[in-house]
Formats: sequence, C-alpha cells, structure tokens
Amino acid sequence: MTGKIEITLTINGRAHAIRVEPRRTLADAIREECGQTGTHLGCEHGVCGACTVILGDEPVRACLMFAVQAQGKAIRTVEGLAADGALHPLQRAFIEHHALQCGFCTPGFLMLAVSVLERKPDIDDAELREVLASNLCRCTGYQNILKAVRAAADAMRAG
Amino acid sequence: MKPAPFQYHAPRTVEEAVAMLAAVAPQDGRVLAGGQSLVPTMAFRLARPAHLVDINGVAGLDRLAVEGDELVIGACVRHAAFERPVAAGPLGRLLGAVVRHIAHFPIRTRGTFCGSLAHADPASEWCTVAATLDAALVAKSARGTRVMAAKDFFSWIMTTTLAEDELLIEAHLKLLRPDTRFGFCEFSRRAGDYAIAMALAVFRLENGTIAEPRIGLGGAEGRPRRIAEAEAALAGRTPTQATFRAAADAAAAASDPLEDSQTSGEYRRDLVRTVLRRALERAS
Repeated sequence: MTGKIEITLTINGRAHAIRVEPRRTLADAIREECGQTGTHLGCEHGVCGACTVILGDEPVRACLMFAVQAQGKAIRTVEGLAADGALHPLQRAFIEHHALQCGFCTPGFLMLAVSVLERKPDIDDAELREVLASNLCRCTGYQNILKAVRAAADAMRAG
Repeated sequence: MKPAPFQYHAPRTVEEAVAMLAAVAPQDGRVLAGGQSLVPTMAFRLARPAHLVDINGVAGLDRLAVEGDELVIGACVRHAAFERPVAAGPLGRLLGAVVRHIAHFPIRTRGTFCGSLAHADPASEWCTVAATLDAALVAKSARGTRVMAAKDFFSWIMTTTLAEDELLIEAHLKLLRPDTRFGFCEFSRRAGDYAIAMALAVFRLENGTIAEPRIGLGGAEGRPRRIAEAEAALAGRTPTQATFRAAADAAAAASDPLEDSQTSGEYRRDLVRTVLRRALERAS
C-alpha cells in the first residue's frame, strides 16, 4: 500500500498511534506525527547523524529507517534523557564543557553517546574518538564533545 | 530528500518473501534489508522502487552460526554483529578487524553483511572479504535455490548475477586454519567514508615461506577480486619487505583502476600498491 498505514510508535515509553505512508522516515514521523521535535534532521541521507535515536538498545540514523519498521520497538529520543526535571549527566557535562554552540547536532550526539556509554561504560579514548566520528558538528571542533563525554562517563561510573 | 511513494510488504517467512519478490520484481520491486545504502539512494530519488519487500521480520534470517567448517551468515545479520568474534580462530578476528572500517557504528547497527554483497558497491569491505575468501552465496527464489561463487557473483559496479526475483539468503565463509595470518588496509579521504582502495592479504607460513596466499582488492576496480599476479609473487617466498613490495607492484600493474572526477587511475594504482604493501606488513 502506498496509502497511509496505522502504526504505533513507542517513544520514551509513551505510545503514539499515528497514520503514515510507508515512505515516511522514522525521523520525520517522530517530529511531524509524534511532535517530538528534539530529534533534528540535517542531511536526510545518513551522513550527519543529527537524527540519531536509540532503537532498542542501539543507536540508529532515524532518517535511514521507515517509521513502519520501528513498530513494536522502544525508541528513545533526547526528550527522554532528563528525569524528573533533572538533566542527564551527559547533558550536564555538555553544558559544563561547552560541548555545543548552536546546538543543532546536540540531540544526535547525546543519543549516540548515551547509547555508547550504556553499552561500554569503560570505553577507552581511542574507541570514543572513533565512535564520536559518526556524527558531524560544525561548531565545536569536537574536542569539547570528547571532554564532555569523557567527563560524563566518569561521573556515570562513579554513580 | 524524501523517498518517492512505494508499496510496503513485510513477509514473515522466506517462502512468503520470495513469492512477493517474484510478484513485484517486474515492477521494480526491491528487497529492503538494513537500508543503509538503499534508503539514501531513495532519498536522492536515484532509486524509486514501486515496491519494497522488507525482510527484517522474516524468521531465521538473522542466523549467524558455525556449521561444520563454515560460517553461515544470514541475510539480516548486521555489520555490528562482527565486532565480537563470531567464529573461533583467524576468521572471527579477520571479520572483527574489517568491520571497524565500515561506515560508522550507528550505520553498522542496521546495515547487513548480505545486503552489502547484493548492493555490490566496489568500495564495500564485505564484498572484498567475500571475493578474497571465495565465499559461497546462496540465492533463493520461487523457482528454487542456487549457490554462487563470489568470483561469479560480482559483475561490475553495483551489479551482480543475482536475478531480480532472487533473495540472497545466506553467505558462507570457510573457516581459516589456526595458523592463518591476515592483514587489511584501506584508504579513504574521511573517517568512515567510502574507500578509494583497499586490500586484504591472507596467507600461512610453511617452513618459513608463504603458503596459500589470497590477495583481494576492493574499491580500486569496478568489482572486488583476487589478484593472481600478486598471489604468484608471494607463493613459496619468504615474507620479507622485498617480497611484499614485489607483490604490491604486481597488483598495481595488474589492476584496472576506476577513474572519477576526483581520483585519477594512476592515483588509484599508486594506492593499490600502498594499501597492499601495508596489508601484507600487517599480516606478517
């Protein structure tokens, strides 16, 4: 069917019953149909990583999936990071280390880094550099993003 | 940057998938696996398939197992699965070393091994691995099942001998003997970008000389392949710098490099020499 399909997306634990065409990307559905505009869209072809969300327990480019493919899976976006009004340790570290300027790439970097730190709390610097190369930032020169993620990793391990 | 409309099909079994593919292939129906190459191509509207057969929900296609002397890789096995050793011995380590060169981690969580082979981008690391290790590729359609050798599978840039109604359901790689050495090297302009040239060198040592050399080139030519001239320059020789340079020179001379607006054939030929020499040094 090229016509609209009824699906349910579960974003940050909340179910969104929506109707989308099969060609609707997950990123567009999250923003347009579900109203969760924290997930940004940069290049729309998988290069920039601004639309990175966590699907299950893995980071994915939300522009390279169709929304219909994300049914039944737990989706996490930047809106779900803060708990009870308190910022996630990684969000605090981004502020403290000036890891953002314009902020456009930030949601993607946060979701990428959160998923990586959850999978590998003891990630070494070389691997962290490699994985953060997944996303593009035009402001910071990346060094402050590295510092922030490293600081957050240490803070998260210390509990 | 939005894909054109298409009809979406989500089969649950291989039989359903190949039946659907047979029905829609004549109307530009395509298989959707990881989508990490297909979806960008659709976003650019370079591809406008009328139908997509999404195989992600097909039972059993995520199979990744050692059976006898082979590693069996199902159609939905993601790149990221190879970041931990998937087989004991050198094959698991080889795949683990190569996978780190494929795009970026969030791409590797979705993209699939078999999807890369079916897409047949000359710059694909898995295509180079399949060609170098003579993978056996299992294609299924409503008409039946056939097995193809990698050397007969890759025809040219993004072109394979897979028929339009065939689904590549498995790739089989022979396990490598415990004393097998390997080295991989690729060059790309940016981290995670498509490689301009890559080389995979695999050999053993017998009484101090090189035995069963396999030299595979990717990215440089229109399709990945083993380079017999380089293998001949290695077989029976001692693994010295001079031997490696001779093999690298032989590969450069034997290669038929692609040219594009940014990269001349001569530059690619030079890269072939360099990436193969480095791959051999890493293997020794």
